[in-house]
Amino acid sequence: MSDLDPLDPLQIAEEWRTQGRSVAIATVIDTWGSAPRAAGSHLVIDENGNFEGSVSGGCVEGAVIAEAQEVIGSGEPKMLEFGVADETAWRVGLSCGGTIRVYVERLG
Amino acid sequence: MDIGSLRTLNAARKNRQAAVLVTDMDAGGSRVILEGEVVAGSLGDHVAAAFRSGKAAAVDVAGRNLFLNVYLPPPRIVVIGAVHISQALARLAPIAGYDLAIIDPRTAFATPERFADVELTADWPEDVLTARPLDAYSALVAVTHDPKIDDFPIADALHKGCFYVGALGSRKTHAKRVARLQEQGLSDAAIARIAAPIGLDIGAATPQEIAVAILAQIVQAYRRRDIVTTE
Repeated sequence: MSDLDPLDPLQIAEEWRTQGRSVAIATVIDTWGSAPRAAGSHLVIDENGNFEGSVSGGCVEGAVIAEAQEVIGSGEPKMLEFGVADETAWRVGLSCGGTIRVYVERLG
Repeated sequence: MDIGSLRTLNAARKNRQAAVLVTDMDAGGSRVILEGEVVAGSLGDHVAAAFRSGKAAAVDVAGRNLFLNVYLPPPRIVVIGAVHISQALARLAPIAGYDLAIIDPRTAFATPERFADVELTADWPEDVLTARPLDAYSALVAVTHDPKIDDFPIADALHKGCFYVGALGSRKTHAKRVARLQEQGLSDAAIARIAAPIGLDIGAATPQEIAVAILAQIVQAYRRRDIVTTE
């Protein structure tokens, strides 16, 4: 048995949930072009907007955290897409020019 | 994902067991599959491919939109020698996400005072590595340059297929080491896998800088290794 990194997002999600907090897990599903975090990377968010981990280099985390609040409220997962081709890219796009899909789900 | 699946997944990761998490992105369910479990059908093929490549991917299985996330054990650095370089390496490794353990039978070196919060065993590598064997996710760093201590773990690491084997010592020391390993019957190809002189050539001069050079070389070996296959 070895300890996980104290900042390990999935370990933190388990601790938060065990403490009774509502938690959403965001996961990078695909990346096209230049993207800072590989598919499978996690960002975890609680109902107060606390978060650990990352799905980009800090470019879209704010938007994912906001969407996560809705997912926590409704329990319905969401697929988010960010990139230069996306209209929202002008607000929260990836400056590196890539595109990513992020799946956000509530931890049941 | 439900909390039960997350607990199973986190427990496997703590136990250095490779795991794949399958998420149904339409229906929302998830399932943890541990390495070695039998999974039928085309999902089984996708899961096997995920374990081999270590890469997460979205796949279509019988019209279902699935995401397979892969969690391989973090690479583990086993250091032979509780020396000054090891003290620096022990602090750097966790930052890069690598587990680290130190083995040195010399009790004057292997003291808890010198290695606070580090997994440290003051015993012979022969005994420690029997209890906790090296594997393909292990990197072996031999830094005592004492043949009595270093030679066994170096040979053992080559036999076990460690993704990195590095040994400290001058070219002269290493030439003698190569001769001893050849006498033990190790092939030239196996011996050529030993990184010596140890560390990327960045002109490192201090023990701390040498630790950076070693860690960088370990990262390079891990990221450029052949795709891990399970036996």
